[in-house]
Amino acid sequence: MNIIEQLRQKPWTAEQVRIDDAHGGRAYVLPTAKLGLRILLTAITVLLSLFVVAYSDRMVVSDWRPLPEPWLLWLNTLVLIGSSVAMQRGLIAVRQGRIERFKASLLVAGGSAVVFLLGQLWVWRQLVELGYFAASNPANAFFYLLTALHGLHLLGGLVAWTRLVARLTHGDTRRLRMGMELCTIYWHFLLVVWLIFFALLLYS
Amino acid sequence: MAEVGAEIERIGPAEVEDVELYHAKSWITKYVFSQDAKVIAIQYSATAIAIGMVALVLSWLMRLQLGFPESFDFIEAQDYYQFITMHGMIMVVYLLTALFLGGFGNYLIPLMVGARDMVFPYVNMLSYWIYLLAVLVLVASFFVPGGPTGAGWTLYPPQAILTGTPGAGAGIVLMLVSLALFIIGFTMGGLNYVTTVLQARTRGMTLMRMPLTVWGIFTATVLALLAFPALFVGAVMMTLDSVLGTSFFMPTIVSQGELLKHDGGSPILFQHLFWFFGHPEVYIVALPAFGIVSDLISVHARRHIFGYRMMVWAIVIIGALSFVVWAHHMYVSGMNPYFGFFFATTTLIIAVPTAIKVYNWTLTLWRANINFTLPMLFALAFIVTFVNGGITGLFLGNVVVDVPLSDTMFVVAHFHMVMGVAPILVIFGAIYHWYPLMTGRMLNEAMGQFHFWVTFLGAYMIFLPIHYLGFLGVPRRYFEMGTTSFIPESAHTLNEFITVVALIVGVAQLVFFYNVVWSMIKGKKAGHNPWKATTLEWQTEEVPPGHGNFGRELPVVYRWAYDYGVPGAEDDFVPQNHPPKRAPARAAE
Repeated sequence: MNIIEQLRQKPWTAEQVRIDDAHGGRAYVLPTAKLGLRILLTAITVLLSLFVVAYSDRMVVSDWRPLPEPWLLWLNTLVLIGSSVAMQRGLIAVRQGRIERFKASLLVAGGSAVVFLLGQLWVWRQLVELGYFAASNPANAFFYLLTALHGLHLLGGLVAWTRLVARLTHGDTRRLRMGMELCTIYWHFLLVVWLIFFALLLYS
Repeated sequence: MAEVGAEIERIGPAEVEDVELYHAKSWITKYVFSQDAKVIAIQYSATAIAIGMVALVLSWLMRLQLGFPESFDFIEAQDYYQFITMHGMIMVVYLLTALFLGGFGNYLIPLMVGARDMVFPYVNMLSYWIYLLAVLVLVASFFVPGGPTGAGWTLYPPQAILTGTPGAGAGIVLMLVSLALFIIGFTMGGLNYVTTVLQARTRGMTLMRMPLTVWGIFTATVLALLAFPALFVGAVMMTLDSVLGTSFFMPTIVSQGELLKHDGGSPILFQHLFWFFGHPEVYIVALPAFGIVSDLISVHARRHIFGYRMMVWAIVIIGALSFVVWAHHMYVSGMNPYFGFFFATTTLIIAVPTAIKVYNWTLTLWRANINFTLPMLFALAFIVTFVNGGITGLFLGNVVVDVPLSDTMFVVAHFHMVMGVAPILVIFGAIYHWYPLMTGRMLNEAMGQFHFWVTFLGAYMIFLPIHYLGFLGVPRRYFEMGTTSFIPESAHTLNEFITVVALIVGVAQLVFFYNVVWSMIKGKKAGHNPWKATTLEWQTEEVPPGHGNFGRELPVVYRWAYDYGVPGAEDDFVPQNHPPKRAPARAAE
């Protein structure tokens, strides 16, 4: 859909009437659920970008004391990448109609996402034990804030994932496939968000 | 050109996709936990109006204090700040935003675009319940120790969370939590409004055939989806500052003789975040009002809207521009003059598309068959009020004029005119217009006339003098003036006058509420399409529209929404779903 072209239409003219009468009423051929997800992701992107803006704004002030990067964060990142890969494999499998393989990949993807979240909590614990409290330095505060935000979004994804898993036994393939497509998009999105956040944390 | 209709073969009934329409199984799922957009709309509206009544009462209390200082023992300075804050926040967010988007959006979008319901009904239901929760959390803040926050509706740190500000403990945290909930709830609803407009229109309903009401609500929702995250960010970070003692917005600061632990945070960052939300918010409220008023004028003046395309463009352009003007709220924050220059320029540019809209409304009325129905009266009152408020906006948009007027009553008068009185006039007009559709009965005309004239004239008697007080230099947000050399005695008399009028206008609203209840039982039966409107919501089989909105088949659209007074047509209007054989297509402009 070309928005400029749309806005230039003259709905009252005879030529346009002929075109418009045949219009099916949808703006995109995309399935409605996918469009909805994209709109949601746009809103989330704005939200997270604003946090990044706030972060960069604060980072340049002289009292910024970056925290150590626990090696566990690297491991967590790998786990999250693994989760995304598993999702993608599941998606390919369901598209090819290989249901067993799809189910296995879906479970692996969700499981590793849970492992990632537990890993993040472990990182928090390590940092707190080392005395890096949220209130002691803005760098710490931002670290906890960004990781928490990302974690909460992933948790939201896991709710959708749980609903998909619940449908595994009785859902028809078409709906499973749609659910899988949506989950995969969301998973990849959150992976990209994490990589950006992680880079930002390393960069400081 | 007039015979074009004959050439177009008749298009058969729409092949409607088998939409899985949710069917309620019990009374509770039908009327309480309902997934029907129309029920959700009424739930949203009722909740918004109920909390709006709280804001109205708060405004009375403020006016009592301003008109008759030192007369009321129950209004202390700190209460006054709490009244201001809660009044502002409730009106802007919990009443206007929720009513326009959650209320009118839910009711009108599916009906006007020819859909059976919103595309994600379950999410839509959740949206309302989260909104209700947000309202309850907000109300709860009245009952916690220290009361609700008194930081002003802008909630600026550092004062918002410092002891000494009313409600600095639990009050502010509940406010921020409530806002965060509101935003989550809104996002769920907004997702629905946008996706429904894009994907669920009926056959023949192209974007450029949509009524302007839908355009206004659609664009406002897009703005809200992009702007509310900024408030969310601000709310989350300030909550952490308050609860965990972080320093996102809190600078190194001495409070009540004690050096606080906070250091290095940026209060200005909050202001940027707040206004990055706050300015689009003005248009989140104004754009639906623009859209609705366009349709009211067109229907009640029996004339197609002048410059339809231009009206759509103006809505879209205003929406886009609203994201690059936010810092005009911060001219006195010590910003770089070039920065101020940039924002003054963008601000003044917004006057261009806005003026286009005003001219087009006026030109629609020009030599039209104007019916002075209640919706039309409110629409006309809106145009006048919006022009008034818009012009004072030009004053405040200029840095040099804004600096002396900043934080005076002039600002209060400006934004009350432009985004208080003006949108509320539209809300009333819209209720008088669509009430027959929602209930099947007309609102009582005599009570409506009384309500209109008292509200309209009263609003001017309240807010015009406040402009003058602002020019005198009376500051806003002051609990009382005391004796100062620059505020003459007459200003105090004027304040008394304003208070008396405000109380009268407030009480007059009870007539409206009485009318709404009375007409539901005893009002004149409206029948189908009492206003002879072209848009789809009036073409339903049942009035009020039943579950699924339309009958077995969805309507098919053959024309734009403004075919009034078409030459050769049998009636003076042609509904959007009338096939062209019966009436020739509109001649080209």
